[in-house]
Amino acid sequence: MLEIKNLQVSINNKQIIKGLNLTIKPGELHAVMGPNGSGKSTLANVLSGKNGYEISGELNFNGKSLKKIPTEERAQRGIFLAFQYPLEIPGVNTNIFLKTSLNSIRKAKGEKEIDALSFLKLVKEKTSELGIDEKILSRQLNVGFSGGEKKKNEILQMKILDPNLSILDETDSGLDIDALRIIAKGVNSSRNKKKSFLVITHYQRLLDYIKPDFVHVLSDGKIVKTGCSELAEELEKTGYKKLN
Amino acid sequence: MKYQELEKTKEYKYGFTTDIESVKAPRGLNKDIIRFISKIKKEPEWMLNWRLKAYARLQSVKEPNWQKPKYPKINYQNLYYYSAPKSVKNKPKNIDEVDPKLIETYEKLGIPLKEQEKLSGIAVDAVFDSVSVATTFKKKLTEKGIIFCPISEAIQKHSDLVKKYLGSVIPITDHYFATLNSAVFTDGSFVYVPEGVRCPMELSTYFRINASQTGQFERTLIIADKGSYVSYLEGCTAPMRDENQLHAANVELIAFDDAEIKYSTVQNWYPGDKDGKGGIYNFVTKRGACRGKNSKISWTQVETGSAITWKYPSCILQGDNSVGEFYSIAITNNHQKADTGTKMIHLGKNTKSKIISKGISAGHADNTYRGLVDINKNASRARNYTQCDSLLMGNRCGAHTVPYIKNKNSSAIVEHEATTSKINEDQLYYCNQRGLDQEEAVSLIVNGFCKEVLQQLPMEFAVEAQKLVDISLEGSVG
Repeated sequence: MLEIKNLQVSINNKQIIKGLNLTIKPGELHAVMGPNGSGKSTLANVLSGKNGYEISGELNFNGKSLKKIPTEERAQRGIFLAFQYPLEIPGVNTNIFLKTSLNSIRKAKGEKEIDALSFLKLVKEKTSELGIDEKILSRQLNVGFSGGEKKKNEILQMKILDPNLSILDETDSGLDIDALRIIAKGVNSSRNKKKSFLVITHYQRLLDYIKPDFVHVLSDGKIVKTGCSELAEELEKTGYKKLN
Repeated sequence: MKYQELEKTKEYKYGFTTDIESVKAPRGLNKDIIRFISKIKKEPEWMLNWRLKAYARLQSVKEPNWQKPKYPKINYQNLYYYSAPKSVKNKPKNIDEVDPKLIETYEKLGIPLKEQEKLSGIAVDAVFDSVSVATTFKKKLTEKGIIFCPISEAIQKHSDLVKKYLGSVIPITDHYFATLNSAVFTDGSFVYVPEGVRCPMELSTYFRINASQTGQFERTLIIADKGSYVSYLEGCTAPMRDENQLHAANVELIAFDDAEIKYSTVQNWYPGDKDGKGGIYNFVTKRGACRGKNSKISWTQVETGSAITWKYPSCILQGDNSVGEFYSIAITNNHQKADTGTKMIHLGKNTKSKIISKGISAGHADNTYRGLVDINKNASRARNYTQCDSLLMGNRCGAHTVPYIKNKNSSAIVEHEATTSKINEDQLYYCNQRGLDQEEAVSLIVNGFCKEVLQQLPMEFAVEAQKLVDISLEGSVG
């Protein structure tokens, strides 16, 4: 699904990612852990196509290079990023945003736009599945949302857009245990043979609820260690320092 | 993502010219021209004298010069003050007698005038240069006692009403452009809604400038008698030309006890090309008087066109408990300039006013909100709420907010909120990440920004206005 070879990323002439290799196959869930400033969020942004980065190396999604593909097209091809800091858009109803988003993706796939009734049904189904209050959908997008509500809204969007590759950028940061469970539920209920996940996190905590197939440790722009879920537990005990 | 110079300007959809033979007054401004206009309109003598009084006044007043957008000196002697399609001279009695070219023009503008194709639920008065060419649904309105006709017709047929109220809200001495308009105004709409009548349909006027080197001097007067209600909408377009053309209108509204007037404008005059050449100077005086108690006047404007927009639709809140509202979206792109806002003059007790202004600036444009909230000493417990938001796109445009507040009554409450923001690149990135392309993302964010105002428009026009907002900004993010 995703193939990254010798990825080098700089911003404003400062190199952040220094030769990163990572392959994610369909159905796999990879966790990327690492200290602050190791390049985790940069990796997420580069994958989703944020502008402003200088990139070299290979970046392939389903066998095709992503490098020249704009953000919206990557989204339409099934890459989803749950933002670390979801943006507020005043005056835009969350429901309408979600529907516009879903329809852009459907249109790009050559599918028919979803009608209002089916959309409503879909939203009802997903909110109740996750245990999210439906009311957030009638509010302006992320405006006045608590930190937890914003993150839950990201997961709800993930559920509704049903992407092939979901990237979670520190979605667990700052969440209480109940919100964390909702996030985990959202991920776990979506896992199947076709869907892949890249979960970026500081802490092992989320990985108590989401069992990764692989754990990578990112340090100074490179993956310095890869292991299975036990690696995360080990890191929690010893910290990142020992790895360098 | 980078903001770029506007590369493609969406062709201004209404920029065509109708090739039609017209009758014009000779160039220039003098007493003879005023007599010419008055005569061709078959006006009673009091009207001519009123115009001449304004003309005399004009000789001693100067053009104001305090506004932010400056413009080259206008040579008033070089303009035509009257231009009308020849075919209108022998006034057509019904729509079948109207020149097919005119009907076709309005059809192209999306305003069908023919009986069987009329817009349902909207009565239209179509003004072409200096004359009204057709008014629809007249009969249906007459049955309710509502008068909706060109003001030139009202001057002849409803002389008493016009004489009593014309200039009663905007005196001929008001300021240069108001005085000029009083001297040379040609057409516009007249509305009278009798006591207790709720107007059963939207009334609207569609203003079209066609002839070149011609000034359009619109005059509109709307009177809502006790307990009545009327909703009125105006739309405006003009051909694409390299010259700047002047549209200087005076609009007066009067609401008596318990009456309500809702006045909406969708202004889409030719804005000039992407280098700022050509376009309309839209210098307009709009003022409403809430004369009666519990009366209400609400202005909603969506200003997307014109090279320069300079206007302050205002409310004089005389009656106790009267309410004034101003909802505005002003969009300036390329080299467009706007200096717009409102004046809320609180005279009566418990008067309330609300101002919601949304300014959007892109390209090299400059957008100013200027407003006055004036609470007089007798306006006990008056209230005002003002919110001015500016949105900037790119880094070559400007936004300015100039609020004036005068409060002479200690029991009054005045609130003012203002924000200026840029379309945030992270917001765009967020939308893109959800599959929306750049234009969809901008449209979504801008429409969210304007939502409070768009909601005020009559349903039939809200969708149109939303599209217009999108088109006006198309290509402003590259």
